[in-house]
Amino acid sequence: MTGTWIAVLVTAAGCYALKLAGLTVPPRLLASPRVRRFAELVPVALLAALAAVQSATSGHALDLDPARLAGMGTALAALILRAPFLVVILAAAATAAVLRAAGVA
Amino acid sequence: MSVQTAAPDQVRAIRPVRDGIGLGIAVGISGVAFGAAAVGSGLSAWQACALSLLAFTGASQFALAGVVAAGGSLLAGTAGAILLGSRNTLYGLRLAEVLQPRGPGRLLAAQGVIDETTAITLAQPDQPAGRQAFSATFCTLYLTWNLATLAGAVGAGKIGSPQSFGIDVVGPAAFIALIYPRLRAGRAERTVALAAVAIALAMTPVLPAGVPVILASVAALAGALASPAATGSPA
Repeated sequence: MTGTWIAVLVTAAGCYALKLAGLTVPPRLLASPRVRRFAELVPVALLAALAAVQSATSGHALDLDPARLAGMGTALAALILRAPFLVVILAAAATAAVLRAAGVA
Repeated sequence: MSVQTAAPDQVRAIRPVRDGIGLGIAVGISGVAFGAAAVGSGLSAWQACALSLLAFTGASQFALAGVVAAGGSLLAGTAGAILLGSRNTLYGLRLAEVLQPRGPGRLLAAQGVIDETTAITLAQPDQPAGRQAFSATFCTLYLTWNLATLAGAVGAGKIGSPQSFGIDVVGPAAFIALIYPRLRAGRAERTVALAAVAIALAMTPVLPAGVPVILASVAALAGALASPAATGSPA
């Protein structure tokens, strides 16, 4: 049990240190146009990748869960219709929830 | 320094406070899943809560619980969980410019540097709105995530899984919604996003969970080397 506590606390400390490190990078490093552009593009890349992995995989395999994919489709449609942000995410969740309750997926 | 992070006229604005609070609650609820998974893995409820309070980054928390469940090496498991946190370092590079935190404020803000806060902060048209969005999302998500972890750890997961409410779709839908303005505004952004998705999906079968997403940052690196000047949004 003690070993697990050490793992928990070291993980927490490491995760915090990594968060702080990003905020602490000296501004002059970001003055380079390439580094700056990288910092701009990184959230786009990571968040797109994360959305794809969370909606189309489970574990180590592609997992095309119909309810989840329908939820993502609803989100996209709502975005194209310029729905407000909260409507987009609620519509996505509601679609998945209704399909699951109906036993479709 | 003026920091503009999205093209405000093209799509409906993301409201910093209202949308931040909504996102924080909706995503925070999935802490129930973490609490339940952690206890199911053999962590104590206290350990689950300590992870949510102190690590506060979902991917790393689930990774550590997974290693404990599998009875794997705690040393390797800890290293892997920390590695997954490096995504937040990359976010910090960009957030530092918007938040410009100083002194003790920086120590506090650092704990809030995660996927959701980054996405909503960078979707704001200017620096004050970005700071508001960060604070609103961080506070709400931190509270909800930790209360939900506790609830999940003590058995609330048995009432109904977050999945049955579609909570698992909230995160990915929110991420797409929040980067959507930037995808519309810039061709380079679209190319980078598509490449990132391809990398992450292609690597999912062969790499440990979480690593494919981090590897997708290579797409941003390639994009930055190919066109160092911003094309779409001014920043």
